[in-house]
Amino acid sequence: MAQAISPPEALEDAPARRYSSDAAGLGRLRAGAFVAPALALIAVFLVFPALWVLYLGLTNYRLTGVAAAEPQLVGLDNFVKAVSDPAFWNSTWLTVQFVLGSAVIGQVVLGFTIAWLMRDRTGPLKRTVEGLVILAWILPSAVVSFLWVALLDRDGGTLQALLHVPGLAPLLDHPMLSIVIFNTWRGAAFSMMLYGAALGNVPPSHLESARLAGASGWQQLRDVVFPHIRGHILTNLLLISLWTFNDFTPFMLTAGGPDGQTEVLAVHVYKVALQGSELGYGAAVSTVILLINLVVAVFYLRLLRSKK
Amino acid sequence: MTRFVLGRIGFYTLIAVLLAFFTIPLLWLAAAPFTSDPTYEVRVPDFTLDNFRAILEHPYALPSLLNSLMLAVGTALLVVVFAALAAYALSRVRLPGRDALLYALLLLSSIITGTAAMVPLFQLAVELNLIDSQFGVILILTGGLLPAAIFMLKDFMDSTPKSYEESARVFGASPLQIVRHVVVPLVRPGLATIAVWAVANVWGNFLMPYLLLSDVEKQPAAVIMYTLYTEGGQANLTLLSTFGLLYSVPVVLMYLFVSKKYGFRFHGGIKR
Amino acid sequence: MGLRNRSVGAVAVLAVSALGLAACGQSSGGDSGGTIELTIAQNAIAGGKNAAAADFLANWVVPKFEAAEKAKGKEVKVKFVPSGVDDEQYKTKLSLDLKSGKGADVIDLDGIWAGEFAEAGYIKPLSDVVGAGAESWDGWQQIPESVQGLATFNGKKYALPVGTDGRVLYFNKTLFQKAGLPADWQPKSWQEILDAGAKLKSAGVPVPIQINAGTAMGEATSMQGVLPLLAGAGGEVQKDGKWTGASQPLKDALGLYQKIYGGSGLGDPKLQQEAKGRDKSFQQFAGGKIGILMEGDYFWRGVVNPKDGVAKMADRDQTVGYALIPAMEPGKGLRGQDFVSMSGGALRTVNPNSKHPKEAFDLLAFTLSPDALKEETKDGNVRITPRTDVNKEILAGEPLLTFISEKVLPLTAYRPPVAVYPQVSAALQEATAAVVGGTAPDQAAADYQKKLEGIVGGAGNIAS
Repeated sequence: MAQAISPPEALEDAPARRYSSDAAGLGRLRAGAFVAPALALIAVFLVFPALWVLYLGLTNYRLTGVAAAEPQLVGLDNFVKAVSDPAFWNSTWLTVQFVLGSAVIGQVVLGFTIAWLMRDRTGPLKRTVEGLVILAWILPSAVVSFLWVALLDRDGGTLQALLHVPGLAPLLDHPMLSIVIFNTWRGAAFSMMLYGAALGNVPPSHLESARLAGASGWQQLRDVVFPHIRGHILTNLLLISLWTFNDFTPFMLTAGGPDGQTEVLAVHVYKVALQGSELGYGAAVSTVILLINLVVAVFYLRLLRSKK
Repeated sequence: MTRFVLGRIGFYTLIAVLLAFFTIPLLWLAAAPFTSDPTYEVRVPDFTLDNFRAILEHPYALPSLLNSLMLAVGTALLVVVFAALAAYALSRVRLPGRDALLYALLLLSSIITGTAAMVPLFQLAVELNLIDSQFGVILILTGGLLPAAIFMLKDFMDSTPKSYEESARVFGASPLQIVRHVVVPLVRPGLATIAVWAVANVWGNFLMPYLLLSDVEKQPAAVIMYTLYTEGGQANLTLLSTFGLLYSVPVVLMYLFVSKKYGFRFHGGIKR
Repeated sequence: MGLRNRSVGAVAVLAVSALGLAACGQSSGGDSGGTIELTIAQNAIAGGKNAAAADFLANWVVPKFEAAEKAKGKEVKVKFVPSGVDDEQYKTKLSLDLKSGKGADVIDLDGIWAGEFAEAGYIKPLSDVVGAGAESWDGWQQIPESVQGLATFNGKKYALPVGTDGRVLYFNKTLFQKAGLPADWQPKSWQEILDAGAKLKSAGVPVPIQINAGTAMGEATSMQGVLPLLAGAGGEVQKDGKWTGASQPLKDALGLYQKIYGGSGLGDPKLQQEAKGRDKSFQQFAGGKIGILMEGDYFWRGVVNPKDGVAKMADRDQTVGYALIPAMEPGKGLRGQDFVSMSGGALRTVNPNSKHPKEAFDLLAFTLSPDALKEETKDGNVRITPRTDVNKEILAGEPLLTFISEKVLPLTAYRPPVAVYPQVSAALQEATAAVVGGTAPDQAAADYQKKLEGIVGGAGNIAS
């Protein structure tokens, strides 16, 4: 069977037509009409303000004070300031740990595991497991922060009570590990749903024939499932890395502390932009995050395409 | 046979661990709303209903849930419809620069959800006269979610077989009819995923609705949630825990409904 | 075919509306007929933050003011715009509104924002917005000079002060008795605080002293921590336009932190690092685990208030004692004082974009009339109002507020109301966090100076 997936092949060197695609006879004009409403919305409410943010990064704009009335172009000063600030590099390194730990390892693995375990089940067990996982994801951050403080608290936390370890203070002694586990818990639902839906698109007949041929669970995964959902894996990795890079919820748990040990870039931006009202500098740091994300995206693309 | 038994045991142990991992943090939410004077400690509740009475008497709590519902459903509808159309077209027709454009939009979408974007978005809303308009909030949120939605849906579109579309075309169906009657049923799990994802994103969003909606009658629950603090910034745990519980119920119900009716499962019968 | 055309049409309509051509939404503050419509906004909301203030505005100010204007022959309609979020977010929203020429006619803001809002042109001197009526308001005579200073920037009045507050040392009399300390405790130097802490510690009190430190508590670390200590050592964060760097007073203040949190067991260093540390310090004080706590009058009114506090103490009036914050040593404090404090306060002003500034000012003045203030503060909602005449009456039954208004306010100090202050304050908080984490005070002070240079634009703006 023709490989039905296309990890969105980026930029160069993609063969012009890998599959006979336009089955519905759409044609370019009507395809354009299909894309137009989405593009119009995106152009007005996303591209335009995003470019504005990039521009703000080149100014000394502030929310209040003299610089709010007359912002001035300062060129790359904000970027120079960011790059020469050890706090920025500290935040970048923490963000890398946070994304690797909670998104790439935590959410992807846990999300896929749950989706795989639940793939051909129905009934209350599946609904309970999925419902709980989803609940963790949809609860508002304000509530979730209370939940996790109640769990990890140093006096009277649930974890402490369960493990009978008095003085256990995970949020202070292992802050990064705490927010990694927290974010795994918080975000696994998305990967679970995406993989669940993707597994639903794997033709049962393929799995059936593999099973009849005596393939073990692992072999089925590797030979039938993985090739079929590779595009989804790429998308999933890309999206959750991107989102985790910009995730601000750890702030609710640790306020970036103790001593900046959990001040990931998104928290850093919040602190300079909202608390310090330095919007120009905040925009510049956001731009740097964008560039890092670009590198990450290109890396994923190369990684998943090279296996073809 | 032993292998099978071991497999079962392993399976259920894993499930038990998973359930514990996802349940234990939620205990507070199950206990605190039913406890008088809740603290950060999980205690066996005394099953008071006073906290719920307090929330029912709250002037904005319940209406704000309706507002949340409106924003969430509106945004999810726009996102699903527009993203499905765009993803289908992008999947089937090679428009020039398609992939680079998608990636660029995706990266830009992350900047727009950050704190730094609030000034441009606010001023844009002012210029377009969208301040204090729920429709405006829906449009802005939709714009931010669309790239990722298109991205995800395109994968689903890419992996559906094209033979049905060809046969439908032979029978004279128009492209929109093909999308509606052939493609949509095939990618239903994907559409359901996107819808739930969009709702969850809107449901918890505080900053945009707060900045764009001044009228408290229009503000969603996420904003009202932040008002349950004292002048010194201390949380009113009585109201917060109870409202938090009420706040999460609609979304869980919606998920269960969508999951039962539309997707997240094999939709057998397709033979390829 | 019909299906397709309809759908494409619908899509086109949506796309067009997305471009704003058919967008809805209304700007506020319009006229309808001869009626003047006014809006008043506060960070207060029924059922949430500052609920009492919100109820008072909606149920008393609005109808009474409308009636009063009607008696004068004016048809005025007032709408209260509630809100109830974090002060930082309220500030963000207010700035965005004012920047875009929107916002309510009468607005509340924190006194510390006055300078930066004025510099940005978001608020203007009352005499420019309202005219001579603002200067000749009869209430000014009742407002002490220092409280007027809250609303003054570059010598001009930008707003009316809404109230003020002060900081003291609270202590638990039950624990003090156990440690053999007097119920009318009044330390005269920092050493006496430490001595009391040591006695509490040997009496088995888990947390003898809590003076806020670290970054997690944010501005609470500055206002109820490093700034009163700095003042106690004779220092100020900014003086005559120059910022204070790694001065001796700062080193002394950080030195006290080290004595409390640096292994002496007099304080709980971990509590300073927790995201919910301040909430927990309240719960611990109410639970009889903290001996001495530095806090503002809000603690008395809103935290341990037996009626509706967040950490109620049924026996507050008997158990909770309070004392002035002493200088490092007698006479060593700011302006040579023996005791010090810090104060803030809210302001209320007329939006420069208001279409009816005169009527808006009438509304503003109405909310600060003696009748309104008395009404607002009855039924257990007492706070220190800006007016001496009102304070005399309403504070009579409130020992702590009387204490603050009579003993603390005369010797208090205010923060510099300039745009970079929040960043300077954050840098100060980081310095305390460093000391709690084990850094030597001199080193933390030097690091603070370095950071300060980056914030205020070079060493030239720092006093050596």
